[in-house]
Amino acid sequence: MKAIIDSLKSHSSTSSGVQPHPFWVMVRKEIADHIRSWRFLVLLVLVVLTFWGTTSVSMANLRQVVGNANDPDSLFLYLKLLTTTEGSLPPFHVFLSFLGPLLGISLGFDAVNSEQQNGTLTRIMAQPVFRDNLLLSKFVSALTLVGSLLLSLSLLMIGGGILITGVLIEVEELIRILGFTFLCTIYVGFWLGLSILLSILFRQGATSALTAIGIWLFFTVFYQIIVNLVAEALVPAESALSQQAILRYNELLLNLLRLAPSQLYTDATTTLLMPSVRSLGPITMEQMAGAIPSPLPLKESLMIVWPQLSGLIAATVLCFALSYYLFMRREIRS
Amino acid sequence: MDNPIIQLRHLTKHYGDFKAVKGLDLTINKGEIFGLLGPNGAGKTTTILMMMGLTEPTSGTAQVCGFDASRDPISVKRLVGYMPDSVGFYDNMTALENLMYIGELNGIPRAEVENRALTTMDLVGLQGDAIHKKTSAYSRGMKQRLGLAEVLIKEPKVIVLDEPTLGIDPSGVREFLSLIMRLSREKGLTVLLSSHHLHQVQQVCDRVGIFVNGELLVEGDINSLSSQLFAEKSYEIHVSLEETISLPWKDETEMLQMPSVQSVSAVDQRIAISCKVDVTPDVVRFFVHRGYGVTGVQKKEYGLEDIYQKYFEDSKFN
Repeated sequence: MKAIIDSLKSHSSTSSGVQPHPFWVMVRKEIADHIRSWRFLVLLVLVVLTFWGTTSVSMANLRQVVGNANDPDSLFLYLKLLTTTEGSLPPFHVFLSFLGPLLGISLGFDAVNSEQQNGTLTRIMAQPVFRDNLLLSKFVSALTLVGSLLLSLSLLMIGGGILITGVLIEVEELIRILGFTFLCTIYVGFWLGLSILLSILFRQGATSALTAIGIWLFFTVFYQIIVNLVAEALVPAESALSQQAILRYNELLLNLLRLAPSQLYTDATTTLLMPSVRSLGPITMEQMAGAIPSPLPLKESLMIVWPQLSGLIAATVLCFALSYYLFMRREIRS
Repeated sequence: MDNPIIQLRHLTKHYGDFKAVKGLDLTINKGEIFGLLGPNGAGKTTTILMMMGLTEPTSGTAQVCGFDASRDPISVKRLVGYMPDSVGFYDNMTALENLMYIGELNGIPRAEVENRALTTMDLVGLQGDAIHKKTSAYSRGMKQRLGLAEVLIKEPKVIVLDEPTLGIDPSGVREFLSLIMRLSREKGLTVLLSSHHLHQVQQVCDRVGIFVNGELLVEGDINSLSSQLFAEKSYEIHVSLEETISLPWKDETEMLQMPSVQSVSAVDQRIAISCKVDVTPDVVRFFVHRGYGVTGVQKKEYGLEDIYQKYFEDSKFN
């Protein structure tokens, strides 16, 4: 008893300033939880295997690709490492477009409902912490993990590339690769936000996981089919239309497709990793006339990617805002 | 000693059409052990959640330690330790880690938190192997103790225990309650505990409030409650006999003529007599004189259970 009172006294006199904010305590605990969990281990192995597989395939084909004088991107050795494929395996960034959602969903689908089921939610909420700190800590911790995982993989690839080929990396390539890592993190962040939202909506972890996977499948498989079907039904026969009208319809179709986050991600990564991509929409012959097939400078690529990036961030923020709205008004008793 | 630490004023909570708590007024003084009694679904947990600022009241205010629970819940939570009825822990962490996490959330510096946690665990009687065990391997009673440790580690002024005796064996309950009582007396803690186990609460509470269907029917200490309620009918004597009594009982009228006996009822081998004054010796003598084989005599006093029963019955009829 005395010890407690003594420690309380010393606590009130010495501390203040040194102790971390409760939010960071929560983030630390969440990260520790993830790292210790089997789930994260499985995902880690999956991502690392994918990375290793795709990189070794592109390594094997590197000499041939870089020697191809017709390819305007052939000088970007490290970007080639990320994007080259011989056909048996898709390149890493395409792989990530469906591994990313899996990462996000599996790290977030039971974020809130498992706490509610175990009765820990009431206990944590009875401590002097703000309600939103819990949500934010779940989001920040998972995203920190994903971000550092992707960043270390990219750096590993660059380092390995320097060792094997002996070619130094260009600043532009470095920025493009870091941008790609950032983009991937945001993309995973969107799915994380969505799965956290679902974990608030549904009390059962299995329901929220299934719903998240359903949404993911819908966007990757069915959404394009549906958009194409609708377009086919609505748009009159091509021969009857002027060129302008065809262009307009095409634009509309693309914009509809871009409602899917995976489309945004694919557009953005393609532009970042393949500098010769000049536009993501249709280009007329007049626009193409006189253009030399050469890589775009970094700034131009970033300009093309910008709307995609803001779209992804906006979608993530939207999911998160909805989660906040629902969670703040939620009865927390189990 | 009027020093209110919890003041609930006209606290009301509606869930749609359902009225969980109806205009509750309650004051609890510092250092008191208050028992909130009521059947399941009476609104006890809702009231507690509103006091902790975890649920918004529909109307009314809850002042705890001088702070408004719905406006400034963080200040309230800093001073009030709350143990929910279903304590859950992070099963992948050890008991000590669970406790340290809560300690850190309460702003205890990292350097101190381990020592504080160990002292608190010792205080609630968790020692040895139990400290480093995963909480998934904990028994219900141990979880309850860990829950109490978690409430105490923040050095609260008030502790709120929701159904603390749920699911522990009788000896565990006695130990747990005496622990709470000791802590309250030693540290001057105010304790609010909710329960539907009345006889358990009877042992420790200074004051009780009976809460049925969202309304506080009565509050006060147990003695004054029982004398107030059972003014006329204060003793009941049960006599068990060897032989079965044939109805109507031939000696009933004679029994009723005894001074202060109010009513007599006989079922098989048992006779229940209620009276104003304690007339047990006279009653036994009466039976012995008439040659009955008395096998047992039981004098019943009114406890909390009966008080509660009576109120609960009354509210059902209304």
